[in-house]
Amino acid sequence: MAREVAALSRQERLMRSLSRGPVNVAIIAICLLWMLPSAGLLVSSFRPRNDIATTGWWTAFKTPFEFTLANYEQVLTTQGMAQSFVNSLIISVPVTVFVVMVAAFAAYAFAWMELPGRDAIFLVVVGLIVVPIQLTLIPVLRMFSSAGMTGTFPAIWLAHTAYGLPFAVFLLRNFFIALPKDLLESAFLEGASHTRVFLRIVMPLSVPSLAALAIFQFLWVWNDLLVALVYLGGFRSVAPMTVTVSNLVSSFGSEWHLLTAAAFISMMLPLAVFFALQRYFVEGILAGAVKG
Amino acid sequence: MRPRLATIAWLYVLPAFVLLGVFLVYPVANTVYLSLFSGRDTSAFVGLDNYRYLLTHPETVIVLRNNLLWLVLFTAASVGLGLILAVLSNQVRYEAIAKAIIFVPMAVSFTAAAVIWRFMYIYRPPQFEQTGVLNAGMAALGFDPVPWITNTTLNNYALIAAGVWMWTGFALVVISAGLKGIPTEVLEAARVDGANEVQIFWRVILPMLRSVMLVVAVTLTINSLKVFDLVYVMTFGNYQTDVLANRMFKEMFTFGNFGRASAVAVVLLLAIVPLMLLNIRRFRREQ
Amino acid sequence: MARVHFENVTKRFGDFTALRDFNLEIEDKEFLVLVGPSGCGKSTALRMLAGLEDITEGSIYIGDRRVNGVPAKDRDIAMVFQSYALYPHMTVFDNIAFGLRLRKTPKDVLTTKVKEAAEVLGVDSLLDRKPGQLSGGQRQRVAVARAIVREPRVFLLDEPLSNLDAKLRVHTRAEISKLHKRLGTTFVYVTHDQVEAMTMADRIAVMNEGIIQQVGSPQELYDEPVNVFVAGFIGSPAMNFFEAEVVEDGGGVSLDGDGFSVDVPDDRAEEMRPFLGRRMIFGVRPENIHDEHFVPSGITAAPTTVKVDVTEPMGNEVFLHLLAGKTKLLARVDPRTKMSADDEVEVVIDMERMHVFDPESREAVRG
Repeated sequence: MAREVAALSRQERLMRSLSRGPVNVAIIAICLLWMLPSAGLLVSSFRPRNDIATTGWWTAFKTPFEFTLANYEQVLTTQGMAQSFVNSLIISVPVTVFVVMVAAFAAYAFAWMELPGRDAIFLVVVGLIVVPIQLTLIPVLRMFSSAGMTGTFPAIWLAHTAYGLPFAVFLLRNFFIALPKDLLESAFLEGASHTRVFLRIVMPLSVPSLAALAIFQFLWVWNDLLVALVYLGGFRSVAPMTVTVSNLVSSFGSEWHLLTAAAFISMMLPLAVFFALQRYFVEGILAGAVKG
Repeated sequence: MRPRLATIAWLYVLPAFVLLGVFLVYPVANTVYLSLFSGRDTSAFVGLDNYRYLLTHPETVIVLRNNLLWLVLFTAASVGLGLILAVLSNQVRYEAIAKAIIFVPMAVSFTAAAVIWRFMYIYRPPQFEQTGVLNAGMAALGFDPVPWITNTTLNNYALIAAGVWMWTGFALVVISAGLKGIPTEVLEAARVDGANEVQIFWRVILPMLRSVMLVVAVTLTINSLKVFDLVYVMTFGNYQTDVLANRMFKEMFTFGNFGRASAVAVVLLLAIVPLMLLNIRRFRREQ
Repeated sequence: MARVHFENVTKRFGDFTALRDFNLEIEDKEFLVLVGPSGCGKSTALRMLAGLEDITEGSIYIGDRRVNGVPAKDRDIAMVFQSYALYPHMTVFDNIAFGLRLRKTPKDVLTTKVKEAAEVLGVDSLLDRKPGQLSGGQRQRVAVARAIVREPRVFLLDEPLSNLDAKLRVHTRAEISKLHKRLGTTFVYVTHDQVEAMTMADRIAVMNEGIIQQVGSPQELYDEPVNVFVAGFIGSPAMNFFEAEVVEDGGGVSLDGDGFSVDVPDDRAEEMRPFLGRRMIFGVRPENIHDEHFVPSGITAAPTTVKVDVTEPMGNEVFLHLLAGKTKLLARVDPRTKMSADDEVEVVIDMERMHVFDPESREAVRG
């Protein structure tokens, strides 16, 4: 009897997993579909120039296998992708540090200090998050021109830092204000100054959200094309990878051995960050998506 | 209990205020002003002429139409796919992996995504072997290859598809988090009350996801209005695929018409302002 | 209205056995409480009855129908959840009406029934509100109203009082008992709180580690626990336990504990003789230890010397925390007691109410 019952419930279970069959098929199919474009790019970037130009990338798995690193060598050296990689770092790293620092101070003030009109000003900051950068390009470009700063790193550092601030202040202020009030007040009672509370209590407690913000901000700048295009003026010596890749597209639109390798080089760091720090990454992206 | 030292407070916010003032607030106001002038040096006052041009010239009307296409299709497709995938992936054990796969495109730049999709859409005349995935598929099904990027009836959809590929992961992850926030007991209560799975979805899950889906939709709408890189790299706005953000860039650098470029930017801002107010209202409610 | 029958039911989650060979018959119209510590399997049993968990082995019957594999919606049961599980996007009216709507109840009947159920629970003035606008107590009532409106054959309640404050809980306990009488439906009620079980149940099933320990009326469980677990779980404050060896003592019998001894009165000595030379577990409830000056008449008094550790006057009684050697005992004694902390005193144990358990099996060897 017991055996019979067990068999029956096993059958029930089988029925249930069979009814899940279509769900599994659908999900796996969509996942494969989603990976297909990137897979094609990755495979092609290792194929010889003539093969890419005449056959589909999926034929690469037929013998004889022919893979090469020549495309990477070529874009890194003759097309300046190595220099661009360095430029992307020179642009992204300082901006990330500036944004986190400047925003943390301001966010602390918005959360825990008394400023006249504090909440009204903060609403303006919330509004600024979604203001399109396009609205600032012409006046800022004119400012940089008259200061002789176009095509320089400091120009793009300043602009990117400012563009990153509204969201960064918003995110950190919301995090800071959620810290337990008792904790800060007991520190004030013991005679701690604002600066001490900020540096010794608030910042250490906020490491996860600072990390999420830093990752988001870094990737945002790393992946930016528009700001670099406008303020760096297309000088190749300062161009980040997005600009170089986009230039390659317009000058060698069908040289796919170059484009695939260059695009993949520009994707490597974000992908590494994604897989290494997935949790902070997803948090940062989700919070930052409002920025658009 | 807090020391009242307004001076220190001002020092804390000063760097942020200066940067925001110089690089955001003043330029926005200045751009609105410049949009009333014409020419490279924006010296001649022309009133609303730039706007009149934008709203009536056949070329820029297409730009507006394209942004509208992006707004509707990009948003609807990403939210819809995200919802479907969230509900489906919730039922399988490899949910985390599936979500990661869909989410990965969020990590790469629009520029790289544009290269990836140009590569997907490669067109070669019918007598040659097709090297793009989509046209190879067409050939396998016995159809003629399609010039996805230059065919003016299809190319906007092809571009939007690339955008959907990038952003569905965002919708999926947010909606999925909302889904997980629905207490199991509520779904069980519905089951005990006599609802089948379809009724539970339409009558309990969907209404409970309403606010999450609204947040996602607003975010995607803002993104659809701002779309730039994908169009810039894939077509540079040619073949009737231009959008506001790219048009502004073109007016600025290709045509050197700063007044008109400013007007394009202001139109973009006006389209976003209602969504901005929505965000501010939501923020105030949450406080 | 229906009886419920669990037959050799086992539930496994992977390697973990949540419920082992569970057998229980619940009579029609009975109020049965499943009680036990958290993780004992009581909620799992209820959820299997509701159709929210698969049955690994065995059968469950509602009435004469075997319900294994029958989805929850087709079992004609209703359930009140611990979190109430109200639909946050619907008004109170729509929450209560949801099940009826799914059954395509005609509109006028539906309205009448919803209003009736709301009146029974006293929530008829809240019908237009949403759950977010209600207090905890009101939500709980709406959840109950939603369950009774369909007139189910079996009514399941999963810790429905645990989210209420203490005062409201006492009040609602009585309300649920009244509701049971009024509806005349089978109630299966899960709780970790033995007070709820004692006050509401017709019968209680005490569970521990996936196994039913004992089933019986509240008084049976209190007076005749079958093992150490039930004895310790039922009753508040809990029963005292101590280990002692039964020894011959100059013709009489005494219990030799760690640093103390209890003389067994002669007329009870015979009962202890079978355990001579063995170490047993003895259990005595706090109210069966008395101040020697205030011993009620008609008990079989076994005196022992102890030290008073702490006294807690409660007004109507005094709790004495005692040290008998190393053993801690709690006594509820007459409020007129003069005993105070650090006194060496004589207390009296009612031997008639002494429980004896086998130290290996931990089962009762004498009621």
